[in-house]
Amino acid sequence: MTNPITIGAIFLGPLAVILFLFLAAGVERRRAGAGVEPGFFQRNGAPVAIFLLVAVGFWALFLIVFPQLYMIDYSFHPRLPQVKRGGPDDVYTLENYRYFLFGSTRDASHWNTTHLHAFWITIFVSVLITIANFAICYPLAYFMAQVAKPRLVLRLMLLLIVPYWINEVLRAFAFRVLMGTGGVINNVLIGAGLIREPVDFLGLDIALYSGLTYAYLLIMMFPLYNAIESLDRHQIEAARDLGAPWWHIHLFVVMPYAKPGIASGATLVFMLCAGALAAPLILGGPKTLWFTPIVYDRFFQAFNWQQGAAYALILLSACMAFVLLVMRLFRVSLSEIAR
Amino acid sequence: MSSRLVWRFMLGFYFVLFFGFLFGPLVIMSAAAFNTPSYPQAWPIEGLTLEWFAKLIADRNVVEGLHNSFLIGAFVVALSVPLGLAGAIVMTQVYARARGFYYLVVVSPVLTPGVIIGISTVIFWKDVTQWTGAQSLFNGILLATLGQSTFISAYCMLIFLSRLQRYDRVQEEAALDLGASRTQVFVDILLPFLRPAIFSAAVIAFLTSFENYNTTTFAILANKTLTTVLASRVRQGMTPAISALAVIIIAITVTGAITYEIVKSAELRRDAKLRPAG
Repeated sequence: MTNPITIGAIFLGPLAVILFLFLAAGVERRRAGAGVEPGFFQRNGAPVAIFLLVAVGFWALFLIVFPQLYMIDYSFHPRLPQVKRGGPDDVYTLENYRYFLFGSTRDASHWNTTHLHAFWITIFVSVLITIANFAICYPLAYFMAQVAKPRLVLRLMLLLIVPYWINEVLRAFAFRVLMGTGGVINNVLIGAGLIREPVDFLGLDIALYSGLTYAYLLIMMFPLYNAIESLDRHQIEAARDLGAPWWHIHLFVVMPYAKPGIASGATLVFMLCAGALAAPLILGGPKTLWFTPIVYDRFFQAFNWQQGAAYALILLSACMAFVLLVMRLFRVSLSEIAR
Repeated sequence: MSSRLVWRFMLGFYFVLFFGFLFGPLVIMSAAAFNTPSYPQAWPIEGLTLEWFAKLIADRNVVEGLHNSFLIGAFVVALSVPLGLAGAIVMTQVYARARGFYYLVVVSPVLTPGVIIGISTVIFWKDVTQWTGAQSLFNGILLATLGQSTFISAYCMLIFLSRLQRYDRVQEEAALDLGASRTQVFVDILLPFLRPAIFSAAVIAFLTSFENYNTTTFAILANKTLTTVLASRVRQGMTPAISALAVIIIAITVTGAITYEIVKSAELRRDAKLRPAG
């Protein structure tokens, strides 16, 4: 239990916004003159209208808005035993965020280097993996969308869809079978006489980074393919007739056209990478730095949910910042990214 | 001429690399399930065995996880498909000035990391069930269903939206002129029109739920699904039994995905035949 005023704001705030928009819509309709557009209930009939309102209300409020707002509020509370929550000790505090920065809830003299470092590594590597995925997928996406015959495209698509649905835990496990100290790659290298001692791919983070690249490859492929597919081939031919070299065509004709697809793939890959949990848990060595396992440990080892909520929000802000950055850079709208 | 050959060669090389990268790890992992050594090993094959599958069936956690995964999958389909449908219909009717805002709210779960959805679901419902005295509802199966439905409903909505773009409101008006009620229009015209999308949404919802880990691992509380059992096994240590489990999961999802593709393409062809004029 927390402060009744915030609870009121969390629950009644969104309702007030909805009510305001509903009334505004009604006023505007009335101003436009009667008979232009029927109202919501009139248009759908009462039973359907009630179904729509209940369903969307439940989804948007109870599944999306309330839990998120509640988590924000939660992250500004100290960790307390259940009986003390809502009591005089349950004050608003920044201590969970302070812990992220300084590794202590009070002392601000040292930086919390482990967590900060893990956070930056996560963001930086996720960006690199996003770029790598784009580079790996682009040739095939272009080939399928513009060069290949429909029959071949259909077959390739089927080949891509099968691994698309494989669970990320299994993908991580596959890379562990491949790259463990007793794994396939080490056995092959030792068998070939190239190395004497097995290479510790897990400890060197090579396993994690390649596992992540692998896991979200197809997330990039499909939006990219869809975007390039609708490009009129005449544009490419025109550019070629005008003497553009092949890399000019890709850089200045195909890629600008495929911008929404690139933006969509990039946001999703980045978000999934930065929020990946299975791969770092399974492929991480003892010294691996990744942010999500730290969030996970706040809950399952430190049992400090308030701090976990704060860490989750830090991760969420990073993802939101990335989405906004991509929207700016590529000049695309949200509806083009989420399809 | 020779430069063309070089291009072709490079393209072929890229194809081999790409599909090798895509399938290699899965094939090697699956092969280990049929090999006798007790550490997952694809090569050398020391003997073919089904022992690891037998071990799996005897494992109570795996069976319980599988059961829960199917249960949650069914619940998620039953919840997300109607929610996504309602979300899409409201999108077409919502007050024009609020549309961008509404879109932002309902699409945000697609762009939110799964761990965060799991965390917020647990934190929120733990306190809500406590205030309302309904602690028995604070249950892993229920929370996993709610958490997963948060973003799966958005996937379903996007599927419905793309189908609704081709919806012709003239049919609706004709039915109304002929004296049909609004509810009849919804049930007899809109729903049949959306049937392929309902099918797609249901399959996608089930598959996504079945393979989800990030949201589920938080929301499942003390319960388990097949994916969480799998993840904890992998963290405990490597045995070929995990490979065997992987083979089973791959079989289930791949069968689902391929059936879905076949049904969908058959439907597309039928649609194309019905409208030869395009």
